[in-house]
Amino acid sequence: MGDVVLEMRGISKYFAGVKAVEGMNLTARRGEVHAIIGENGAGKSTLVKILTGIHRPTAGTIRLRGEEVTFRSPRDSQAKGITAIHQEVSTFPELTVTENIFMGHHARWKGLLVDQKAMRGRVKQIVNELDIDIDIDAHIKDLSMAERHLVEIVKALSIEAEIVIMDEPTSALSIQEVEDLFRVIRRLKEAGKAILFISHRFEELRQIADYYTVLRDGQYVGEGSMEGADVDTIIHMMVGRKISELFPKGDATIGPVVLEARGLARVGVFHDVTFALRSGEILGFYGLVGAGRSEVVRALLGIDRKTSGEILLDGKPIVLRSPSDAIKRRIGFIPEDRHDEGVVVNLSLRANVTMVVLKSLCEGPFINRSKEKALTAEYCGKMEVKATSYEQEVKALSGGNQQKVVIAKWLALDPRVLIMDEPTKGIDVGTKAAVHAFMRELAARGVAILAISSEIPEILGMSDTVIVMREGRVAGRFAKGEADSEILIKTATGN
Amino acid sequence: MSKPSVRAGLLRALSWEVILLVILVGMMVGFALVAPNFLKYANIMNSTFGFMEKGIIALTVTLVIICGEIDISLSAMIALSSLAMGLASTAGAPTGVIVLIGPLVGAAAGSFNGILISRLEIPAIAVTLGTMSFFRGITYAVLGDKGIKDYPEGFLALGNGLIGETNIPIPLVVFAVLALVMGMLLHRTRFGRYAYIVGNSKKVATYSGISVANLKLAIFTLNGLFCGIASVLLTSRIGSTRPNIANQWDIEIITAVVLGGVAITGGKGRMVGVLLSVFLLGFLKYGLGILNVQGKVAIIFTGFLLILAVVLPDFVRRVNERFEYGSARKRAI
Repeated sequence: MGDVVLEMRGISKYFAGVKAVEGMNLTARRGEVHAIIGENGAGKSTLVKILTGIHRPTAGTIRLRGEEVTFRSPRDSQAKGITAIHQEVSTFPELTVTENIFMGHHARWKGLLVDQKAMRGRVKQIVNELDIDIDIDAHIKDLSMAERHLVEIVKALSIEAEIVIMDEPTSALSIQEVEDLFRVIRRLKEAGKAILFISHRFEELRQIADYYTVLRDGQYVGEGSMEGADVDTIIHMMVGRKISELFPKGDATIGPVVLEARGLARVGVFHDVTFALRSGEILGFYGLVGAGRSEVVRALLGIDRKTSGEILLDGKPIVLRSPSDAIKRRIGFIPEDRHDEGVVVNLSLRANVTMVVLKSLCEGPFINRSKEKALTAEYCGKMEVKATSYEQEVKALSGGNQQKVVIAKWLALDPRVLIMDEPTKGIDVGTKAAVHAFMRELAARGVAILAISSEIPEILGMSDTVIVMREGRVAGRFAKGEADSEILIKTATGN
Repeated sequence: MSKPSVRAGLLRALSWEVILLVILVGMMVGFALVAPNFLKYANIMNSTFGFMEKGIIALTVTLVIICGEIDISLSAMIALSSLAMGLASTAGAPTGVIVLIGPLVGAAAGSFNGILISRLEIPAIAVTLGTMSFFRGITYAVLGDKGIKDYPEGFLALGNGLIGETNIPIPLVVFAVLALVMGMLLHRTRFGRYAYIVGNSKKVATYSGISVANLKLAIFTLNGLFCGIASVLLTSRIGSTRPNIANQWDIEIITAVVLGGVAITGGKGRMVGVLLSVFLLGFLKYGLGILNVQGKVAIIFTGFLLILAVVLPDFVRRVNERFEYGSARKRAI
């Protein structure tokens, strides 16, 4: 084992009294890939934000090379040798690789002039050292997702970082691209960097990680060497129970086909997508990011134009020009981006919950306040939304409660079909379980549910039927019990 | 535990509307002390002639800004609608027809803005920057540097008249009725609720089945209609249509709305605040006039209030958060 370069002890962080992480410990060593494992909401992102100087811990100590430090700003953390490569790569698409790498810390020459030659030289040197194949004068917008990740890594090295944090770097990569990335990571190890690697994918962690730390609900659970570690044990540490206990069992009777898509296509985005959704059924859509799942749903609902294909409701062809057409037919849609598309954070719970069904609460042109309050109370109660009052602004609620508000808003429509895009993304374990229970309950009442998810356990645990998409096409269909995680990944990646 | 929450509660109750009311009352008392004539019923009533037209337009500009848009072609729409009334009057139209034509032309001009903004999705600032010159330009092209003074007696009574034997000016009554209607529209109807939702997030609105385009078209048309109504009162009050009529009113009206607590970024604000702010700015000018202070000095005060209107809500929020954070921390430890 290498020298300890970073040590975090008893780190806690509260946001307005809400615990994000508590009593967190982490030790990073030179030449070691350290996996940070935990579910969404376990506190991984907060940990990264503390290390990169975005958040300051409420309590605890951080030692860097043996000295106690505080990170005053992202720039301060970077100056101390820590760099992070984020999930969504943040680059400037219109600039070249070299320009992106030196963004914010241009090599200066003769005062203010930017020394292009020195910059290119340095980038070339790093690219050669890492043995990666990338055109350093190409514009970022012309590169693939994988190449952009490599650019970020080169950027990390250009500032001579000692600690490199990678936040789910493989989530959007193909298997071949993952191999390339791992080769680069091994080079970084050889160069004596400490790498903090965040991922859910155990197969990957086995390949690349040396050591792991597990977090759950914002707390440190344990750590150990990856060698000889048992995956079941780690999963148990991660979720606090076994996978078989994670998802509620369904007892819905699957009825007739409610919604059917035939040969749906949008040129250049997805092609020939056909599926049937039955009442009481949960149809899971799995695929990698960018496989076209959300795009299919958007076209289905009339948010985007489809170029061909037919949509049938109860066997009759229908045309949906906008979400309002879908709402009239009691088709609900819970979008992926809760903050941007799901709720209006500056408005009250009441205004959010009644948004879709406001017309039915009106007498003439006027909204009936008491009816509105009653409806809000009914659905917030059903969803067990924790709030001090229904007049409270939604932004004051936790992420999990906000998601409950989104679901309450669509429950109020009494939907026949409910389309959910990543329904449990970024919410805590408790709320997640509540959302899953709700999906089951709705299905039992005969609602047809289409759920997009990137989490294999969720897809396997919840779906009656799974459709896997790859590069805009349906790559596979599996009935319950036919697929396991290996089959899903193979179908989704085409390997 | 209870102390900070009581304090935070007090701060929250100290909404911008309450602050405006305190400033308004304080200002009235101040003026009354130095100028005894200030509070004279007839004088106060008379002073409202000077700002009711702007006030009427502020009512719909409130809607425009709440739904996340802006309109800087307000005074140009007044001019265009005044021109239409002038031409109708010259052609011998009776008062009733003239009074109808003004608002109709205003509504048409407003819906022209609305169509460009909602259907072609051009930013409102760009569209109304263009129509500001376009509508005003038409007025100049038709009138040159001449004016139209040829209005029937009955028409001229509207903007200057009082209700019956009372001392209540007609424009004040028109404003009061329209303010009530717009207050109800904004706070009690589906239309008003949708304006808040669209102003906060067009995406959430669309995904929730709200037609953003139709809402915007309706709001801009309504705004044009109100410019037309204001134009009837203004044209009647000054007794003529001139091409430079209502010049530079736009900034004054938008100032009144923002001072009333309507967030320039959209999605937030109440009609009560705008009403208070209309009277605050109107009476400020009137009071300074009585004291023989130049109108330009009033701008300093207006500017100060405006900065306060922008800074104070943020300040109150920060203080609240500090209290909440402080008590939460105690709980956590």
